[in-house]
Amino acid sequence: MKALHIGRMAAVLTVGALALTACGTDNAVTPGNGGTSAAAGASVSGTLTGTGATSISAAMDAWKAGFESANSGSTIQYSPEGSGAGRKALIAGAVQFAGSDAYMKDAELADAKAKCGPDGAINVPWYISPIAVAFNVPGVKDLKLDAATVAKIFRGDIKNWNDAAIKAANPSATLPDLAITPVHRSDNSGTTENFTDYLAQAAKSVWTDAKSGDWPSALPGENAKGTSGVVKTVTETAGAVTYADDSAVTDVLGKAELKVGDAYVPVTAEAAAKAVDAAKVVGGRSANDLSLKLDRTTTAAGAYPAVLVSYGVFCAHYPDAKTVDLVKAFGNFAVSDAGQKAAADAAKSAPLSAALAAKAKASIDSITVAAK
Amino acid sequence: MFSGAALGAGVLIVVVLFAVAMFLVIQALPTFSAAPADITGGKGFTSYIFPIVIGTLIAAAIALVIATPIGIAVALFISHYAPRGMARGLGYVVDLLAAIPSVIYGAWGATFLASQLKAPYQWLAENMGWIPIFGGPASGTGKTILTAGIVLAVMVLPIIASLAREIFLQAPMLHQEAALALGATRWEMIRMAVLPFARGGIISAVMLGLGRALGETMAVALVLSSGPLIASLIRSGNQTIAAEIALNFPEAFGLRLNELIAAGLVLFLITLLVNMVARWIISRHKEFSGAN
Repeated sequence: MKALHIGRMAAVLTVGALALTACGTDNAVTPGNGGTSAAAGASVSGTLTGTGATSISAAMDAWKAGFESANSGSTIQYSPEGSGAGRKALIAGAVQFAGSDAYMKDAELADAKAKCGPDGAINVPWYISPIAVAFNVPGVKDLKLDAATVAKIFRGDIKNWNDAAIKAANPSATLPDLAITPVHRSDNSGTTENFTDYLAQAAKSVWTDAKSGDWPSALPGENAKGTSGVVKTVTETAGAVTYADDSAVTDVLGKAELKVGDAYVPVTAEAAAKAVDAAKVVGGRSANDLSLKLDRTTTAAGAYPAVLVSYGVFCAHYPDAKTVDLVKAFGNFAVSDAGQKAAADAAKSAPLSAALAAKAKASIDSITVAAK
Repeated sequence: MFSGAALGAGVLIVVVLFAVAMFLVIQALPTFSAAPADITGGKGFTSYIFPIVIGTLIAAAIALVIATPIGIAVALFISHYAPRGMARGLGYVVDLLAAIPSVIYGAWGATFLASQLKAPYQWLAENMGWIPIFGGPASGTGKTILTAGIVLAVMVLPIIASLAREIFLQAPMLHQEAALALGATRWEMIRMAVLPFARGGIISAVMLGLGRALGETMAVALVLSSGPLIASLIRSGNQTIAAEIALNFPEAFGLRLNELIAAGLVLFLITLLVNMVARWIISRHKEFSGAN
């Protein structure tokens, strides 16, 4: 009889435990030292709420710290719930700004008119992060690869590091007879979306999948959770290769130089910023919208095309002056030299170039109070 | 007063369960009415969920196959073999294992265990590759469903061991002494007087362990290099429902969110089913249990 009781209890406990099981997946964030002075002159106060991309969490913490210390009485709340969720929340009017790894689609801009007024929303680039192709090949630190080779490696078409295609571009490297293990992200991510976009544009004939935040599931290869997961896996596996935010790649791993035009470009913050400068603003949108169409096939000298651009998405108009002041002050702080430096220190992002920062500032300054 | 509190507790668990089930059903509904092409994979919800259901069951089965015999052996050692002082210390240690957060197990599995298992997997693929579950080529990182199953086994081991220990300790002393008096060895006594009594309890313990293995999220998400459903346990591939939800939830919105919640509903139903089967097994065995 007793056993039965215990059994019954165990069954109830099982269900209870399952009902209550919850797991936190928050990434640890590095608090930034922040800038010291706000870009805007007068101090503003109030609470600004935003949500969106997880990629900018570390930068956002730095901006938040810098902005709040310069504007006592102001509070920035940002919940990193994902780019899609952020854009949706802005459209629904639940937040005052969104962070997004992709600019709003035309349909979303149209939807945004309901809450943001007839001019809808504007996308302003505020965070640039180069994506490194990182590899763990004993004895090899530098590799030169063109987009087609990178695509073939990640598709499993090139299976060994001593493949002729890799050798041809790296005649001086001693490439071992070692199987290639491509490692990709197991979670949906902006890094994957931008990297697959690079491959789809720059290696059209090889990379036949469309760009996507989820890695194409039909491809072979291993995966791991998050940027830290892929980097750790590659560090422990000889012959492994992955793509990851440059800031997260440790010195133990080698980073590939990507072929742009006829030259090979190493991954640096400046080269990433240059690639973003070469991008064209998406046409057919409001003059203040800075949605960038990245040209991954660019041949601009010294540009590194595998780069992630994250946008701040704001309404073109807000109903009251206080919100407008707050949004402008915060947006301007984020794209200012101090803000970009704070982000670079905290997240090792690539600062916006002076020209792009000026354009971003002009866009943010165009935000006004809605006409009654 | 007491009966009121007990009733309240009983009602509360049912209400919580019902609320969770309702939430899952309501949030999952859009998935079932969506066009098949809109579901991840483009072939409808059934073909999306089927591989990860099987993956979940494979991982849980590996965990139980490893953890059940070890858990029972550990419990028997503590309850019947170990000297008293040692038994107490060992009991604490086993209980302590259950208190380690799953993310720690995941980190251990992903960084330490997986790289240790690379060479054994290679050997298995080369020498026993003709068995489909050891089909090569072995994973280059060691992050396979078998590794995930082993990590899960370590996680459910303390649950099985500590529950089984409590049940073994409750086996009637008179039966045990009678068996020993009749000349049985200690092992024979355990087989005659302890195990039959504890059968129902052992099944409960295993089911509780199974619940943990089925629902475990972080450890699997960190350890497993997921992929499509494959038979081989030593290649990267397969995925579990809980890990699928954990990995995709942060960036999911719209239909994808409904889809993941529907996957959660499926996991909920599997767990419910497993528990009902367990209850049925226990009730079938109760007349032979020797407890009455």
